[in-house]
Amino acid sequence: MNEQDVRSLLEIADDELILGWRDSEWTGIAPLLEEDVAFSSIAQNEIGHARALYELVARDLGTTADELAFDRTPDEYRCSRLVELRLPDWEKTIARHYLYEEADAARIERLKESADPEIAGLAAKIDREEAYHRIHAQMWFDRLKDEPRFTVALEELRLLLDSGRDEHTPALSELWEEMTMVRRSQPAGTKW
Amino acid sequence: MIYEVFRQERKGQPFHHAGSLEAADHTFAETYAKEFYGRRGESEALWVVPREAIIEVEDFADELNRNYHRVDGYSLKAKLKEARERAGRALVARNR
Repeated sequence: MNEQDVRSLLEIADDELILGWRDSEWTGIAPLLEEDVAFSSIAQNEIGHARALYELVARDLGTTADELAFDRTPDEYRCSRLVELRLPDWEKTIARHYLYEEADAARIERLKESADPEIAGLAAKIDREEAYHRIHAQMWFDRLKDEPRFTVALEELRLLLDSGRDEHTPALSELWEEMTMVRRSQPAGTKW
Repeated sequence: MIYEVFRQERKGQPFHHAGSLEAADHTFAETYAKEFYGRRGESEALWVVPREAIIEVEDFADELNRNYHRVDGYSLKAKLKEARERAGRALVARNR
């Protein structure tokens, strides 16, 4: 795996991990029970994709998926600003979901063409689950597309797509604190 | 809107009621139904029906108590016993 591959896989893995955490903040408080289950399951999928991508990179770098996911400092993450924000408004969450799925689809499509069969294979696998996420995002888009609060959120958040990968907002540090709290509370070398 | 979901476990089997869900429209209902009743490979197919499309019938008048219309209204056991007794009596009479 070349340096460019490692870099782009980590970008995607970090995006998926952080977005998965943000989306899971709706578990238990989504607008209706059915959506709660559907959206939580999407969040879980994203974290699953992150894990598979980290595992692929970890083998190459001689480390583990957990170490990549949780033992780096916040400024070492390669996620975009779009996913790190805490968005407690449903219309903003859906706007982000829609923008992310759109951009992610193009990225996964490129990965499926990778010369590395392992990368291409994993991308195809991820894409089959993302297809369901895209249906979900599209269905909400169709429902909210005439709501000014939603269209404004779309325009605002669109600017954050693929931005801020080198420099993060305090939102990421806050999330990192929560995300790694249990892991950091244990002595180094703990087997999980 | 409330939707009722019916689930077929294997090809060729009848659909059974799986549960109900709330959704804004048919598209949401389809997505949620898949999520609730199909994502773990537990269903071959689903029927998702708006509850208001279901014709519910629950008033079955039987004012004159014509119990012979019902399966339990005609006791085969009693009739059999009666017939056996009759046959037994006939036999005794013939042998006499």
